[in-house]
Amino acid sequence: MSLNSLLFFLFAVGAIATGIVMITRKNAVTSAVFLIAHFFCLSALYLSLQAQLLALLQILVYAGAIMVLVVFVIMLLNLGAEEKASETLNIRGLLGITVAGVLGVQLLAVFMARPSGHNELPPIATSNGTVEALGRALFTDYIFPFEAISLLLLAAIIGAVLLAKRHLEQVEAPKNISTDDISVQHQLSDKPVH
Amino acid sequence: MQNVPLEYYLALSATLFVIGAIGVLTRRNAIIIFMCIEMMLNAVNLTLVAFSSFLGSISGQIFVFFVMTVAAAEAAVGLAIILALFRNKQTIDVNDINVMKW
Repeated sequence: MSLNSLLFFLFAVGAIATGIVMITRKNAVTSAVFLIAHFFCLSALYLSLQAQLLALLQILVYAGAIMVLVVFVIMLLNLGAEEKASETLNIRGLLGITVAGVLGVQLLAVFMARPSGHNELPPIATSNGTVEALGRALFTDYIFPFEAISLLLLAAIIGAVLLAKRHLEQVEAPKNISTDDISVQHQLSDKPVH
Repeated sequence: MQNVPLEYYLALSATLFVIGAIGVLTRRNAIIIFMCIEMMLNAVNLTLVAFSSFLGSISGQIFVFFVMTVAAAEAAVGLAIILALFRNKQTIDVNDINVMKW
């Protein structure tokens, strides 16, 4: 067994193990920590596939930016662990596992199916995902999706700010407003409904 | 150089996707469901990178780049929604959030 396959099995087992631990923990913070470990395992797998830039981005964007955001929200909400009831295997849990199992069997069947006559993929020299190679493709062939994704990010920033704001209408209501309008405004304001 | 077959990477990514799907279907904490969705996105990313490497084409890695960007946008908006939800209902248990259920 070569070093390459040894590392593959090491990180594959690591990714699966951290994934299983992540979905079974009751505490959200523990789940987040194991998800970060999961992302590091995937990053190592990307490196074994010669995708160097993506391996770095995986750590920077996922383990860095996104998980910091998730942990920040967990701390902000200050939730306890889930109640016991969710841990007992109820009908819903069994149904979920069954559906996911069927999905897994289908995925494996599709992935393992080999079209007749094409028993081996053509042995093309593996591309290397350096910054130069990715940047060249990104700014020539994929320039329009690149610009479109920047618009998406802008929309996401505005949407996140609007959604997380406490009160959407901070302006004072005009004085010459009828009582009906005021009651409607009270209903529309995002006060907690008890 | 490449002596791990493509099928191994595909099987691994299918396994990770199924683990994420089990998490989404069985957990009730909205943040954990959110993290499971991130895990499923990563499983698909692994498929794309594996095909990109084995076919010698850079396009798959460009797709992963875009998926990561969309995941970042989704994280910002999704967590803002969870925050707004918690502010209004004092819970993020998906069983208690049934305003749109009939």
